[in-house]
Amino acid sequence: MSESTLNNNLYGVLAEFKNPKELIDAAKLVNKNGYRQFDTFSPFPIHGMDKAMSIPKSKLGWIVVSHGLIGLTGALSMIYYMMVYDYPINISGKTLLNIPAWIPVAFELTILLSAFGAVFGMFFLNGLPKLNHPLFSSENFKKATNDGFFVCIESEDPLFESEKVQNLLSEAGATNIEEIYDV
Amino acid sequence: MSKTYEYVKEPALIKGNHDFKSITALITDINMRPTPKGWYIAFGLANILLFVLLFAIGYLVWEGTGIWGLNAPVGWGWAIINFVWWVGIGHAGTLISAILFLFRQDWRTAINRFAEAMTIFAVMCAGIFPAIHVGRIWVIYWVFPIPNQMAMWPNFNSPLLWDVFAVGTYFTVSLLFWYVGLVPDFATLRDRMQSKIGKVLYGTFALGWRGSNRHWWNYEKAYMILAGLATPLVLSVHTIVSFDFAVSLIPGWHTTIFPPYFVAGAVFSGFAMVLSLMIICRKIYGLEDIMTIDHMEKMNIILMITGTMVGFAYLMEFFMAWYSGVEYEKAIFILRAAGPYAWAYWIMISCNVISPQFFWSKNLRRNVTFTFIISIIVNIGMWFERFVITVTSLSTDFLPSSWGYFSPTFWDIITYVGTFGLFFTFFLLFLRFMPMVAVAELKGVMPQADPHNYDENGEYHTPKVEVPEPQNESV
Repeated sequence: MSESTLNNNLYGVLAEFKNPKELIDAAKLVNKNGYRQFDTFSPFPIHGMDKAMSIPKSKLGWIVVSHGLIGLTGALSMIYYMMVYDYPINISGKTLLNIPAWIPVAFELTILLSAFGAVFGMFFLNGLPKLNHPLFSSENFKKATNDGFFVCIESEDPLFESEKVQNLLSEAGATNIEEIYDV
Repeated sequence: MSKTYEYVKEPALIKGNHDFKSITALITDINMRPTPKGWYIAFGLANILLFVLLFAIGYLVWEGTGIWGLNAPVGWGWAIINFVWWVGIGHAGTLISAILFLFRQDWRTAINRFAEAMTIFAVMCAGIFPAIHVGRIWVIYWVFPIPNQMAMWPNFNSPLLWDVFAVGTYFTVSLLFWYVGLVPDFATLRDRMQSKIGKVLYGTFALGWRGSNRHWWNYEKAYMILAGLATPLVLSVHTIVSFDFAVSLIPGWHTTIFPPYFVAGAVFSGFAMVLSLMIICRKIYGLEDIMTIDHMEKMNIILMITGTMVGFAYLMEFFMAWYSGVEYEKAIFILRAAGPYAWAYWIMISCNVISPQFFWSKNLRRNVTFTFIISIIVNIGMWFERFVITVTSLSTDFLPSSWGYFSPTFWDIITYVGTFGLFFTFFLLFLRFMPMVAVAELKGVMPQADPHNYDENGEYHTPKVEVPEPQNESV
């Protein structure tokens, strides 16, 4: 990392590409050149981008499964406590441990907790909500939610050198290359 | 036969010459334009109805459920009918957003957003009825397992309590699913808004979304999992609603066909409601390029299939009543078709079984006005289905000396009419302030979104469809 980069709080270099195909090619190129701290931005998920960027498998499934299991065991133990242990009611001598009748509630709570895991787990893994981000300082970046396709190589990457990165991106066919500062 | 088969071309999901930018503009400009006058008029009318509802509920809480037409044999009247009807309507939204997603039906992206909105508002309308039906609404918290001074717990063996959990979970999960889909679109609006307050509000709800592909990766996973969770959930909700009836011992209710029959009916009525709303919205907001006639045709086919399933269930009920050999079971079905409520029964049959059969004709499936009329008829028919189920079984139960005829009162009617005020108040707010089509998802299914449709120089080419050669001349 060069001296000027440190002083200027450089966040990274942002470059725009024309379409999903160019973005995916650029991501492959950046990845092949050994950069790891980079990201691509598009208005919709692009098929094959995970491979192009070598994104590891999402951990979300494990979060959902663990939440679902908490929902299931939590529901069954709650009902057991309430119906059998804490306040057993004898209804014409029927069994207190009436498990078939508990299935609907146990099922619903499993789904509920799993859905909480999926939604909040996804936001947690993505580091959202986030009040601000250096990239939002770029006026051009507003297109990322409309029709713009962007690559950003972050200055935290050990291989990062602003000049070199900008050359690489412009060779890949980027337009509107700009440095983003963390202010 | 010389020609064995012919390649049926998949119709384009989006008509007209659109790119990503024009799609964004087409949908989000609706939110950015000044509020149209017509919206204020519609919103005003919806508000009046909403106040009718609040008034009806207020008087109910003051006076008690005696203001309704309930009598000694018929303890469940319009409130339960309306509850089942509204919950059923909600089911189409989840079916479109979850089940069609799992089946990779890309056409769902044009309609999933407002079908989901419809689900949420319909479940809100539904939830009101059982809550006010308890009579003493100030102790409604007893349905939740909250420690209280009586040291008592709700009865987990009761289908009515299952319903609390089913509908509560359904509402929560639908809301989360809807919100997850909205986040990228809120970000689009945040980036397009000029006004400070718009930027701040949409920015807050967008949670800082910036379209990162590392985020999309988790996002798509979450969306897939949510669809996988919502699919069994939506089937379970109406199953549990049907348990309210099926777990009792009343003739005509105590049948095992109820869960699948209720779910099919729910999807049937829900699709009809989506069609009614879609046909109005696409016209008013000029979204004919996105919500095309092809979409309408596909939905009409679903309407026809589910309508036929419901018709089959009506037949099966009769067969099982006869086959069971139970006197009361046989009697109730004869009374349904020929007893005091025969008028309701035959309205139900003609609206639900006969009217969707018109959609065997391709011309009628693609006729907007005709579809709109049928969609309204189906919703009326499905309301009568719940009326027939609820009221006939109760009014003519085991002992002829206790039979009684149920008629609604003024308060029954205005409470039901008032829920439309609640529904449309929220729906109009949704149309005004939220993107009514899932913009990000819609872009994702455009042919331009697929990197394979570009050549080495990055130029876009419309995908060519390879038509396979017939392997044999005749089969």
